[in-house]
Amino acid sequence: MNGQKCCTFVGTEEQAQKLKEVIEKHKNQKGALIPVLHEAQEIYGYLPLEVQKMISEGLNVPLTEIYGIVTFYTQFSLNPKGKYKISVCLGTACYVKGAGAIIDKIKEKIGIDVGECTEDGKFSLEATRCIGACGLAPVVTINDDVYGRLTVDDVEGILNKY
Amino acid sequence: MVNVIIDGQKIQVPKNYTVLEAARSANIDIPTLCYLKGINEIGACRICVVEVKGARSLQAACVYPVSEGLEIRTNTPAVREARKVNLELILSNHDRKCLTCVRNRNCELQKLAEDLNVQNIRFEGETYRFPVDDFSPSIVRDPNKCVLCRRCVSVCKNIQTVSVIDAQERGFKTIVASAFNKPLSEVPCTMCGQCIVACPVGALREKDDVDRVWEMLSDETKHVVVQTAPAVRVALGEEFGMPIGTRVTGKMVAALRRIGFAKVFDTDTAADLTIMEEGTELLGRLKEGKNLPLITSCSPGWIKFCEHNYPEFLDNLSSCKSPHEMFGAIIKSYYAEKMGINPADIRVVSVMPCTAKKFESVRPELAATGTPDVDAVITTRELARMIKEAGIDFAALPDESFDNPFGDASGAGVIFGATGGVMEAALRTVAEILAGKPIDSIEYTAVRGVEGIKEAVVELPGRTIRAAVAHGLGNARKLLDRIKAGEAQYDFIEIMGCPGGCVTGGGQPIQPAKVRMDIDLKVARAKAIYDEDKSLPIRKSHENPFIKKLYEEFLGEPCGHKSHELLHTHYTKRTNY
Ligand code: SF4
Ligand code: SF4
Ligand code: SF4
Ligand code: FES
Ligand code: FES
Repeated sequence: MNGQKCCTFVGTEEQAQKLKEVIEKHKNQKGALIPVLHEAQEIYGYLPLEVQKMISEGLNVPLTEIYGIVTFYTQFSLNPKGKYKISVCLGTACYVKGAGAIIDKIKEKIGIDVGECTEDGKFSLEATRCIGACGLAPVVTINDDVYGRLTVDDVEGILNKY
Repeated sequence: MVNVIIDGQKIQVPKNYTVLEAARSANIDIPTLCYLKGINEIGACRICVVEVKGARSLQAACVYPVSEGLEIRTNTPAVREARKVNLELILSNHDRKCLTCVRNRNCELQKLAEDLNVQNIRFEGETYRFPVDDFSPSIVRDPNKCVLCRRCVSVCKNIQTVSVIDAQERGFKTIVASAFNKPLSEVPCTMCGQCIVACPVGALREKDDVDRVWEMLSDETKHVVVQTAPAVRVALGEEFGMPIGTRVTGKMVAALRRIGFAKVFDTDTAADLTIMEEGTELLGRLKEGKNLPLITSCSPGWIKFCEHNYPEFLDNLSSCKSPHEMFGAIIKSYYAEKMGINPADIRVVSVMPCTAKKFESVRPELAATGTPDVDAVITTRELARMIKEAGIDFAALPDESFDNPFGDASGAGVIFGATGGVMEAALRTVAEILAGKPIDSIEYTAVRGVEGIKEAVVELPGRTIRAAVAHGLGNARKLLDRIKAGEAQYDFIEIMGCPGGCVTGGGQPIQPAKVRMDIDLKVARAKAIYDEDKSLPIRKSHENPFIKKLYEEFLGEPCGHKSHELLHTHYTKRTNY
């Protein structure tokens, strides 16, 4: 959505060159857009306006259409992942055990909403479906670290570790 | 032809018909919502479901093709229930504030609720509140009233090839919006308003300037004049229940006077002025062989499209301001001087069939006398609302005439309202200038009609002109791409942003999909325009006595120094996103 908090886009010459090659490679194929978006996301880690614009111009597909596809499929992301990627499970078990309050607390602490990234690029926040650790509900992961049986009061201490 | 049976009735229909069309031809009404003939035929809403013998589930009539022996039932308990459920689901998260909605009593959703006898909504929808986008000077989008039919998306993408709106996100969060949810004012929207006239509900509307106009009218220190475009008079009647194609010129003038405008002028007169300037410009360019083809510049939707997408053609655009802007500049100079009124105390209001003219009127370069040439633009629809608000019984009004000296227009000025009209008007004048004498055969019918792109080689005295006319931005794109590829060459091109030209502009009365299935609005309204042309004593712009006087007393000569100051403009390359 418009006005989301995020660190500003910085792409390198090298990334741009790579994207150009990807576009060139798929240019005259039918249905080129989805594979190009995938490869672009691999190059940049996410698909901000600047990247979508390059694809729009390169493939001659309206930006509006590209944005529609990016927001329709959950595998595409409009925002970069932070250095520390916080995932809060909102699956049934976690939800019942209070994951909602935990995610609210995290939002409050780092000042961003789900799907966003802090301006310094440190944290990003996302909500996930059941990650198969229901016994530990409610569960939060930060990169590869797993925190289970959390209460709202644990949040601050955990965030401070990073 | 194929034989089909609908509700027990045996009928023959063309084999390319859909079930919906077949039913209509048998006077059986199948309700629709997302369907808009020739524009959106995607079977998305499933309001039009029917039973097809042999098919396992109900089928959407608007996309289901007929075939020999097909048996259809349109009124069974299963059909009625399915339609109702689908409608109730749509209504469950709809912002149902009909009383204060711009489309109250002209809304396809409201009509459906009535027709399908929905008196109770059994579902509680998850409702998202989306912000209303009213940043554009022309278009307001309220996603909370959107039923996601995608009629606007199809018009913008397929007909206009602008593609600035599309479905975004998924599930309950689905919204029709621009990329990155940017407001329409920050994307290459042309402000043509074709999305508004395609929308079945109140999710899209014009930026309302009615209150601003009332305010001007109540300010006694201001001299408020109004001008009306040719296309308004052949459509305004529809807002008062009159048949499509009714000419209401006289009543419209009477209504404007009763609303309180000091003078009621006819933009057609300015169209005559445009022709003098543009015709002269064309002759000049032909002589020098420079910046050809000359492309008309009366349509601000087209101009913005060109600035965004075809900047390489900006030098080909006529430098003429559009007629109502020329008029504004003349009113605030020549007329002000004649009447002894300070131009700063004059307010010019334009009634236009167009939403892009709202955007045009705030372009900073269109202010020849220091204030904007035109102070407010209202659409045909807004004028109808003013007439109603003022308590005027429109049908009962007498026919009155425009005010002089700006009232008399030629038929050439009138036909500006239809596609091909500007071209034909210009040819009438250019032909006589080249011949040096009056010419009798003045109807250039090759450039009339509703085909998307029309071409004609016109033999003028001593010179052949290769002309092309395109209406609708998709057709404009096709034409320009052909020129760019070197596949076509022209001397003179008329382009109108809206399909059908101004008569079907984005500010015109909105007719529901059902009416548009049977009546081609372009054709019906254009016919009224050509009737008005035929009815006028003067049919060539340069024979308009007021125009002659204006040049003698004030402007000097067409494309002269003063003209350039007041009547001509320039264009800006614009970026996309
Ligand atoms: S869009 Fe139609 S149904 Fe919705 S509030 Fe407006 S008039 Fe009522
Ligand atoms: S005004 Fe025209 S260009 Fe803008 S969104 Fe509507 S249809 Fe598209
Ligand atoms: S804005 Fe109107 S036309 Fe567009 S999808 Fe929504 S309801 Fe349909
Ligand atoms: S619901 Fe959270 S891990 Fe299963
Ligand atoms: S599916 Fe037929 S009208 Fe929408």
